[in-house]
Amino acid sequence: MPFPPRFAAERVICGSAPPLMPSPDVIVIGGGLHGCSAALHLARRGVAVRVLEKDYSGRHASGVNAGGVRRLGRHYAEIPLSVASMELWHRIRDLVDDDCGFESHGQVKVAENETELELLARRVAEVRALGFTHEELIDRQALREVLPAVAEHCTGAIYCRADGAANPYRTTLAFRRAAGRAGADIVEGVRVTAVRREGAGWRVETANGTAHRAAVIVNCAGAWADRVAAGLGESAPIIPSAFMLMISNRLEPFIKPVVGAAGRPLSFKQFANGTVLIGGGYKGTLDRDANWTELDFRGLAESARTVWDLFPAMRGSQIVRAWAGIEARMPDDIPVIGPSATQDGAFHAFGFSGHGFQLGPISGAIIAELVTTGRTNLPIEPFRISRFAAAG
Amino acid sequence: MSAIRDRYDLAVIGAGPAGLAAATTAAGLGLDTALFDEQPAPGGQIYRAITETPLGERSVLGEDYWHGTTLVEPFRQSGAQYVPGATVWSVTREGEIGVSVAGAARLLRARHVILATGALERPFPIPGWTLPGVMTCGAAQILLKSSGLVAKGKVVLAGSGPLLWLIAAQYLRAGAEIAALLDTTPAANWTAALPHLPCFLASSYLAKGLTLIREVRRRIPVIGRVMSLAAIGRERVEGVAYRAFGDSERRIPADTLLLHQGVVPNINLSSAIGCAHRWDAAQLCFRPEVDDWGMSSLDGIAIAGDGAGISGALAAEQRGHLAGLDAARRLDKLDEEARDRAAAPHAAALARAERGRRFLDLLYRPAEGFRLPAPETLACRCEEVTARQVLDAIALGVQGPNQLKSFLRCGMGPCQGRLCGLTITELIAKARGLSPDVVGYYRLRPPVKPITLAELAALPHGEAAEKAVVRG
Repeated sequence: MPFPPRFAAERVICGSAPPLMPSPDVIVIGGGLHGCSAALHLARRGVAVRVLEKDYSGRHASGVNAGGVRRLGRHYAEIPLSVASMELWHRIRDLVDDDCGFESHGQVKVAENETELELLARRVAEVRALGFTHEELIDRQALREVLPAVAEHCTGAIYCRADGAANPYRTTLAFRRAAGRAGADIVEGVRVTAVRREGAGWRVETANGTAHRAAVIVNCAGAWADRVAAGLGESAPIIPSAFMLMISNRLEPFIKPVVGAAGRPLSFKQFANGTVLIGGGYKGTLDRDANWTELDFRGLAESARTVWDLFPAMRGSQIVRAWAGIEARMPDDIPVIGPSATQDGAFHAFGFSGHGFQLGPISGAIIAELVTTGRTNLPIEPFRISRFAAAG
Repeated sequence: MSAIRDRYDLAVIGAGPAGLAAATTAAGLGLDTALFDEQPAPGGQIYRAITETPLGERSVLGEDYWHGTTLVEPFRQSGAQYVPGATVWSVTREGEIGVSVAGAARLLRARHVILATGALERPFPIPGWTLPGVMTCGAAQILLKSSGLVAKGKVVLAGSGPLLWLIAAQYLRAGAEIAALLDTTPAANWTAALPHLPCFLASSYLAKGLTLIREVRRRIPVIGRVMSLAAIGRERVEGVAYRAFGDSERRIPADTLLLHQGVVPNINLSSAIGCAHRWDAAQLCFRPEVDDWGMSSLDGIAIAGDGAGISGALAAEQRGHLAGLDAARRLDKLDEEARDRAAAPHAAALARAERGRRFLDLLYRPAEGFRLPAPETLACRCEEVTARQVLDAIALGVQGPNQLKSFLRCGMGPCQGRLCGLTITELIAKARGLSPDVVGYYRLRPPVKPITLAELAALPHGEAAEKAVVRG
């Protein structure tokens, strides 16, 4: 059932594209972090690019995620991209002229028993065998030095020292502004309804009746990207997901790194103002067409129990707010990045749920390389959209 | 109190006049009804502590206050279950209610929900408004009603609206030392309000209002047409600086400054559920869209009383009865014809109670200078965000309250925007040259009131608590 929006502003955010804009070379569908990053990198390469965003930049997953900037625990296929993106994060100001609230206090994944610690040790060995050294195994004593506040029973952890966290909305806005300064044209409040072939290029139709033409389209539509893909005749079995987050009252600073757990879902971070962000893989329900998510307090209760167990210092805290963004999860938990398998002049970058924020800076660079040169040095073969063709 | 059950026909939230009337009517028609209220005793804010106020002298709070007793007794007889001390922190579209009582949280279900969460005082963001010793008239009135306490030392009242005069009179009767009342009502408001004077003259407000104003004016200095205000002090408020029209700045010493510029609907719960809201240009606030029975845009969610738009305690009582009747009709306890027949006297009483309201709305419309803070003044108290920071963020491309929330954290503190929401919307609207309706309001989320981690952790396990990937 479609629900009415709560406030008129959610119906129309900031109007429509100004009339008589010249056609760009590339249209990016979706103005989240990946769309804005693609626009930024394309514009820097001298490409005329327009972003069409149905709401506003950062309205969904890009702006309201947990903000973790993490190489820790990546799918093996993602590690090269994540490592390359981390280099961009550590000089993010050079890229977007804003610090994005990025701080590098490390990320830690704790084990709560010997079995979990063994699994973590095996993981670290495998990552090292692939030639990467960012994940290190630390024992109980080292863990207590890194996280004095962690519960006594924890047996050790994987530690990624140079990982960190940033402010997701600030980051998305910084990419959007940088893209704008580089010449990209960013139009918000315009929902794409159809993409059609027109000659060798594309005609992109929108809900307010305007049509935009370009030689190339890039699908960065997040939890709505399956609809764009369908317009290209491609299957993208997105699982729209509304992962829930909650935040505490202000507490005395007691922890710097971002913490996850080996045996149960958790994302845990204390901000500079003392509030603590708690996430952990529990989903609410959602309605993609209404931009609506509903929280499930039974799931949040599971996260609360995890925090209760792992951080005794949190036991007297209060939860002041909870929310969920709408994200696109793929069945195999890795994104789609690369050219369309069915159409020339079309590219995809979506399906990042849970691991896309850190990849934002590099995914845009990859798309810009693909659009302008047809190739990239990073190994993106595992992210091809055709892996879902059989399912389609 | 009997034990809270897992299911009810009807849950009413808030035990002010609207909630008491709604629960009484609905339970009387056979609905299995529970009324949840945050306070230890019924009455809401307007009739707060009506059953237990230590103020034995009836004249201090006035006869309008004591009208509240006529609501409590029928409610107690109605068969509705009364759950005091209950903080409702979540209501979903499916009628699942999250509530905490005595430190224990639980989830329960109701087939129909009536929100009767009343009004909040409009933010009054003047320089120094966060100093200790500065508080709202509403807060002062709560202390008076519940504990019989008045602020010690020199008190200054400032602002606009009927409640300002009422608290001044109540304070004087209770023996407070009021140094002055600074009236910020813009003179120009009279021009807008005058066409509605005839209706007002025919209402009950007039005689009562004039009596109050005369009572106050006889006993304390009243300074009219105040154009600017600031609370002065280091550790706490020591005085008030003000400027009246045609005069230079003056200062008066004060130990307490009480501020008030009207009330606005408390939409935190209705907004968090997802009811549609619109900007009310006359009352300068957002209100949920409701029909004559208080039904919101969502099935199963109705809103009664000032929470659906300000029209005062007597109107709220009638709106409560109407919502209760409609709930009974929707849950098949009576047909439409019977509902309409029963509603007729309440609709008539509602029309009487609302007469003259428009005049008051226009007369006491607060001036822009008191709604939009000066650059160095805090707009968001919880996160200590100044108006200048807000304007700078807008200049950077932040377009609405939700982006601002993500950017500056304003509205993300424990008050969930109650103290800054309207200020932020109006600041953005002004800076961007848009209507507040287009700018919108914070998207609010449950818990609408803080809940302890311990309470949350003690909730029952989910049926499908899905484990998923580690989150970035």
